[in-house]
Amino acid sequence: MNNHTLAVEDAISRSRSQAAVAPLVNQQAEENFRLRVEELSVYYGKNQAVKDVTMSIKTNKVTAMIGPSGCGKSTFLRCLNRMHELIPGARVEGRVLLDGQDLYGSGVDPVDVRRRVGMVFQRPNPFPTMSIRDNVIAGFKLNGIRNRKIHDEVVEKSLRGAALWDEVKEDLHKSGASLSGGQQQRLCIARALAVEPEVLLMDEPCSALDPIATAKIEELIHELKERVTIVIVTHNMQQAARVSDYTGFFYLGELIEFGETGKLFTSPEKRQTEDYITGRFG
Amino acid sequence: MNRHYRYRKAVEWVNWSLMLFSIGVTVFFLVSILGYVLINGASHINWEFLTALPVPAGESGGGIANALVGSLLVVAIASLMAVPIGVGAAIFINEFPSNRLGATVRFLAEVMTGVPSIVVGLFAYALIVQPWGGFSAFAGSVSYGFIMVPIILISAHEALRLVPDSLREAALALGVPKWRTIIGVVLPVGSRALITGVVLAVSRALGEAAPMLFTAFGNPFWSLNLGKPVATVPLLIYTYATGPYEDWHQKAWAASFVLLIVVLFTSVLTRAFLRGKASE
Repeated sequence: MNNHTLAVEDAISRSRSQAAVAPLVNQQAEENFRLRVEELSVYYGKNQAVKDVTMSIKTNKVTAMIGPSGCGKSTFLRCLNRMHELIPGARVEGRVLLDGQDLYGSGVDPVDVRRRVGMVFQRPNPFPTMSIRDNVIAGFKLNGIRNRKIHDEVVEKSLRGAALWDEVKEDLHKSGASLSGGQQQRLCIARALAVEPEVLLMDEPCSALDPIATAKIEELIHELKERVTIVIVTHNMQQAARVSDYTGFFYLGELIEFGETGKLFTSPEKRQTEDYITGRFG
Repeated sequence: MNRHYRYRKAVEWVNWSLMLFSIGVTVFFLVSILGYVLINGASHINWEFLTALPVPAGESGGGIANALVGSLLVVAIASLMAVPIGVGAAIFINEFPSNRLGATVRFLAEVMTGVPSIVVGLFAYALIVQPWGGFSAFAGSVSYGFIMVPIILISAHEALRLVPDSLREAALALGVPKWRTIIGVVLPVGSRALITGVVLAVSRALGEAAPMLFTAFGNPFWSLNLGKPVATVPLLIYTYATGPYEDWHQKAWAASFVLLIVVLFTSVLTRAFLRGKASE
């Protein structure tokens, strides 16, 4: 807990020092952006769910999206790996650049996009017909890649990465469904990590979990950001404050405010942000 | 309060009675049919009946071996055609819902389940028997196939519908293409319900006599030739039961019993297999 508060204070002081040398820092930082979203709008039929969002997501940082239910934060997240277009009637305008390449450009295969941008869902969804081991390497096996030696390495590495190895190393052949909810969610994180994505999207990954399991996942997020850029959607503001470096506040499909987490929670610029984080609505 | 309680008790008693009555009627008829076939048929079952060819009318002895094997052959070939078509169509309907054709196909399948089997037989006659120039086991398989496809399609569609979307999303989010997601995740998760549906269709086809009249036709000898007429158990039951000899009537009962056992065995074995699979 203490660590997290320190991180927030650290973030605040950093933001102050950055403000002084803003132009120079921005130029340097430009290279550290893994994702750049430009004028992104999303429609379901005639309804506009996301309105003209522009933002940059930094490499190896945790970026959180907060906002009340139905504000478009999950829809926004699902645009970052083109999962959104699986919904009939959904339409996207604008650009999402991953390392400078437009994910929505012509000739870009959504399957390739999803290999580079992994996702963890709200409810743990391990494959029920597969063992724990097969769940971890599902990304390889389902794509027809069979190589026992590589598989064994990937299984251990990914499960260690998801802080699950010690709990399941004796039971790798057991069904993934036999684990507890929190373990299942970490199994899903291991499964997403196994294919070594550059970005990991997390759509309210703790909302179906108890507080202890939640704490473990949050701890894991801290460890993971050394290797992977994380974008997390949460309706839990405390969680956003605990785990993220940057936070965006969505309201009615618009990105109202986006900035360093410490600053957004301590001195928000917009009235709506302040009303939301102080609990006046949402 | 007390009066209200007594009233609710009375309503509960009435509901219970109605339910028990419904269960009683259902079970009564099921047990009656099974019992009647058992009493009339089981006593004539012996090794010869199961392994010998039929004998000419008037002679005693003989069996239904060729019809038993013929039925299994015709249904097996029918399954080879109907399972891929039915399951394939169900995959199309369920996994590509934005295509309007799917809803039409599903509707047509529902209509097709209501088509009388004798009409299906007639259709197979016009489609295969006439152009081919004679009755054949293959024509019988085609007519059974027509009966099986809509049953498999509808049950497979329901099976695939029960596969949670979250699992499809999980696979797609790993960068697995849609077709591999269907083969690697959707079908295995839905396999239990899929297999149950196929068994249901097989059981239904095994007992159909009407389409065989114009297609497989029947054959008193051994035949595994798909291009030639073949004996099947339901048609044999029909022939024997409507024939003039007492011996034939008894053989019809015995054959009914065998058919019932085959169907029951298929269901029970599948269930046992699926249960074993589930506990893995």
